[in-house]
Amino acid sequence: MHLAYPAVLSALLFCTGLYGVLARRNAILVLMSVELMLNAVNLNLVAFDVWLSRAAEETLHSGQALTLFTIAIAAAEIGIGLAIVLAVHRNRGTADIDKLRDTAEGHEPDGPDSDTSDSDTPATGTAAEKAEATA
Amino acid sequence: MTTTTLAVLVPLLPFLGAAAGLLLGRSAPGFVRPLAVLPTLAALVLAAVVAARQGGGPALDAVTELTPTGSVPVELALHIDGFAALVAVLVGTVAACVQIYSTGYLRDDPRYASYAALVSLFTSAMFLVVYSGDLMVLLVGWEVMGICSYFLVGHYWETPEARAASLKAFLVTKLGDVPFLIGLLALATETGSFRITRILAAVADGSLGHPTVIALLLLAGVAGKSAQFPLHTWLPDAMAGPTPVSALIHAATMVAAGVYFVARLLPLFEASRAAMVVLAVMAAVTMVGSALAALAQDDIKRVLAYSTIGQLGYMTGALATGDRGAAVFHLLAHGAFKALLFLAAGVVIHAAGTNSLAAMSRMRGLRDRVPDAYWTMTVALLALAAIPPFSGFFSKESVLGAAEHVATGHTEHAPGAAGWTVLVAGLIAAVLTAAYATRLWLLAFRGRGAEAPDHGRQPVVMNAVLWVLAIPSLALGGLAFRLLPDWFDGHDLTPTLATSVLGTGVALVGGIVTYAAWRHTSALAVRTPLGAVAAHPEGDAALVESEAIATHRPAYGDLASAPDPSDPGRLLLGPVHRHAAAGFHLDAVYTTLFVRPVRAGASLVRFLDREVVDTYVRAAGGLPRLLGAAVRRAQTGNVQTYVSALLAGTVVLAVAAVLVATGA
Amino acid sequence: MTPAATVGHLTASAYPTTTAAGSHGFLSPTGVEIAFLLVGLVTFGAAVITVTTRQLVHAALWLVVALGGLAVEYLLLTAEFIAWVQVLIYVGAVVVLILFGLMLTRAPIGRSPDADSGNRWAALTVAVASAAALVWVVVDAFRTTWIDLDGPAAGSTAVTGASLFQNWVLPFEALSVLLLAALVGAIVLSRKVKAARAGEAPRAGTRAAGAPESPSRAARTSESPSRAARTSESGASRSASSHPGDSRTDGAR
Repeated sequence: MHLAYPAVLSALLFCTGLYGVLARRNAILVLMSVELMLNAVNLNLVAFDVWLSRAAEETLHSGQALTLFTIAIAAAEIGIGLAIVLAVHRNRGTADIDKLRDTAEGHEPDGPDSDTSDSDTPATGTAAEKAEATA
Repeated sequence: MTTTTLAVLVPLLPFLGAAAGLLLGRSAPGFVRPLAVLPTLAALVLAAVVAARQGGGPALDAVTELTPTGSVPVELALHIDGFAALVAVLVGTVAACVQIYSTGYLRDDPRYASYAALVSLFTSAMFLVVYSGDLMVLLVGWEVMGICSYFLVGHYWETPEARAASLKAFLVTKLGDVPFLIGLLALATETGSFRITRILAAVADGSLGHPTVIALLLLAGVAGKSAQFPLHTWLPDAMAGPTPVSALIHAATMVAAGVYFVARLLPLFEASRAAMVVLAVMAAVTMVGSALAALAQDDIKRVLAYSTIGQLGYMTGALATGDRGAAVFHLLAHGAFKALLFLAAGVVIHAAGTNSLAAMSRMRGLRDRVPDAYWTMTVALLALAAIPPFSGFFSKESVLGAAEHVATGHTEHAPGAAGWTVLVAGLIAAVLTAAYATRLWLLAFRGRGAEAPDHGRQPVVMNAVLWVLAIPSLALGGLAFRLLPDWFDGHDLTPTLATSVLGTGVALVGGIVTYAAWRHTSALAVRTPLGAVAAHPEGDAALVESEAIATHRPAYGDLASAPDPSDPGRLLLGPVHRHAAAGFHLDAVYTTLFVRPVRAGASLVRFLDREVVDTYVRAAGGLPRLLGAAVRRAQTGNVQTYVSALLAGTVVLAVAAVLVATGA
Repeated sequence: MTPAATVGHLTASAYPTTTAAGSHGFLSPTGVEIAFLLVGLVTFGAAVITVTTRQLVHAALWLVVALGGLAVEYLLLTAEFIAWVQVLIYVGAVVVLILFGLMLTRAPIGRSPDADSGNRWAALTVAVASAAALVWVVVDAFRTTWIDLDGPAAGSTAVTGASLFQNWVLPFEALSVLLLAALVGAIVLSRKVKAARAGEAPRAGTRAAGAPESPSRAARTSESPSRAARTSESGASRSASSHPGDSRTDGAR
């Protein structure tokens, strides 16, 4: 079999997952897209491992071993990620990524000219109001 | 100690005194007076010893070069000839007298410490100018004097007159100093040295390329420093300073520095006949104009200031006729009697509580309040008016004699036209000098009206100084005119019969005419009451003076003159009086010619700065601000946006890397 | 030098046997290749639907299809063990977890109009660009490389086990520690915190009872101003749902 087939499929799957990560609003959908990306990598690893296990003298089967590790880590990742999403949902009442914008510069609505020399306290206050509004 | 060591100590001692006075002025006020007086007295003694050792013999030269300074070497050089030795003695005498007088005059002044230190520093700088054999070192002293003059004129800086006067004095003298510096550098370039002896040798060789240009450039600085037309306008205004300062700086020493400088480099000026003619015309205009202005002034110190300008005109006139002996002789005599006049005027102002002659002419018995000042001032005024046998007579006759010598073609040193100019102007000025001296004396001491206020006795130190200075005013001329030629160039300084008779005659005429005019007008004085008196029986003289200066304009409507119909000067001058009182409107001319264009330029520059330059500055600030706002908009807090940008960049970089790696 | 040439040069020097694959053309595919291609198309289609569908639960189910398709691909590549692990863990565990997650976050059943964020076109651009770049590079580099699938399976359980426990024991053990840590972390993060805040129970009670916000907030502020500053914003939103404050959730957020 041509190596190009699994490699191209892997690249396409990876970019699909990439699109999902960038475009999805719900955090759980984003996690699913991450799984897609990880699986694309796995496919790549397996395909190259199979190729090299025939072509090279000694390969240690590193590709397949790494695939197994990736699967394990992906399982751990999805567990932790879901726990985080659940905690966020409990606190904020939402799991939408684009509503979690506490790191935005000057995310109070009165525009860029509101003075940056304000201390942290009013910024925190507006953040609290915003959280209240989203709740 | 060698003579050289003594001569080095002469400028050094007042300098150290000034430094110590400035350092200790606040922490140890008790030391200020000794530190002011003692170094100056010691310098006087040393200067006298130097003069005695030099003794009119060959010039003493000592040179040391501390460090190489480029193409033209600057050396610490002494050049002590008869002129330098005698002028140093004069400077020391006047400075010591002024320091002693100031201890009484500024008895309670809070800024006495800095004042005394500046006077000491000034004295040191003047000694440096007198003794220096190197023009660069001379320039250092010259400029230090300028800045000291600025500070001392502005001593009463609470009054706007003093502030304006100090700025004016500084700017006008600096205006002259710029061409002066250029002239010095041109001179050094042409002769390859700043040493006076080498320059004079080069002049004697005739190796000087452009004597006229250099001489005229130097003359600008001399005119600024010595208050000659047309740069004299700062001197009358500088009378806003304390009286001792006027006596020291603006009568005896600093203004004499210009004359002294020309005297030192006279061969250089003689090399250019044009410069001599310019010098003569300058002297003539100065003499006559200042004498006319002096006749119209109301402030007693401004009368003396214009008189100083006139007497300096005599000195430059003597230089224009190529006789520096006569010029320095007049410098010495004038330094003594003009210092005396100023110091006595300070006593009179304190006693009368006003500096206005119009107010004094309405006081009876002022002379009884200040008998010492009355008698010494009488002596000094007689010397000023050149009445024999006072010192001014001999010195002025030597000037007139030199002018007559040149005018009749007995010498090749100077053009005959210069001689005639100086002679005629000198005789006219002699009439006017006698006239304003008489007017001053009559108005100040022959007043009629209310009893003069009693402001207590004058401090003893002030009166004692007056008598000390009265001695040379009385006797210097008569004793010295036989001895001085040995110290100077050897020209005979004995008065000639023709000029003596002529000069004394016109002086007497001037005095008598003024007396007659005064008899005619003094009756009017009773009918027009006038005058304001500042009375501070407890305060020192400086307090009274500063108040008198500050109140002159509100009280009389003008800084220089008073609307007094009983003034004999008004009768004598007729329609000219109005213009003379204003200094022939030279200040107004300068305002039109220089001040207004400069102000217009300044406002233009201000406009350009505010409206044009600031626009760029604001734009330089606003553009990053806009960019910052734009960049800030990108900070949405949305993680997906950030990751999108990050990955887009990654893709671009990866493609670029692949393209580069494959050489596409 | 193109990437293909680079790789070709590399393979030519290191693995001389595989360059014989140059005789295999794309226009005469083998049966395995056809199967791989078809399953790959299904997998890719399922993945695309996963990231584009507006129904969240459908997305999870399409993810099952995609992951299952991948398992088939593994089988076609003779990696049996990986294929079964894929089915067990991904299709079995991960997707179930995700479905639970959707449920617990009250994801709407049915079409949700706002499944995609506003970032969609930028995402599409980036994804297409990176896909083009990757496919271009990969195809250019490996168009002549041939995988010899004959002979003993490269990924049988025996081979994989031998390799894993001969050469990869240490990473394997380290991975077990990682899994343990993830387990603990997941429990800690998702646990309801009422028990952990036993010391603050009275305050939690007042908050749950709907007492006015400000007194309790003031009490917190007086107790520990620094934490109050952090928790006040979350506390404000939590008061309605009677969740007591938890500083750890703040850290996670």
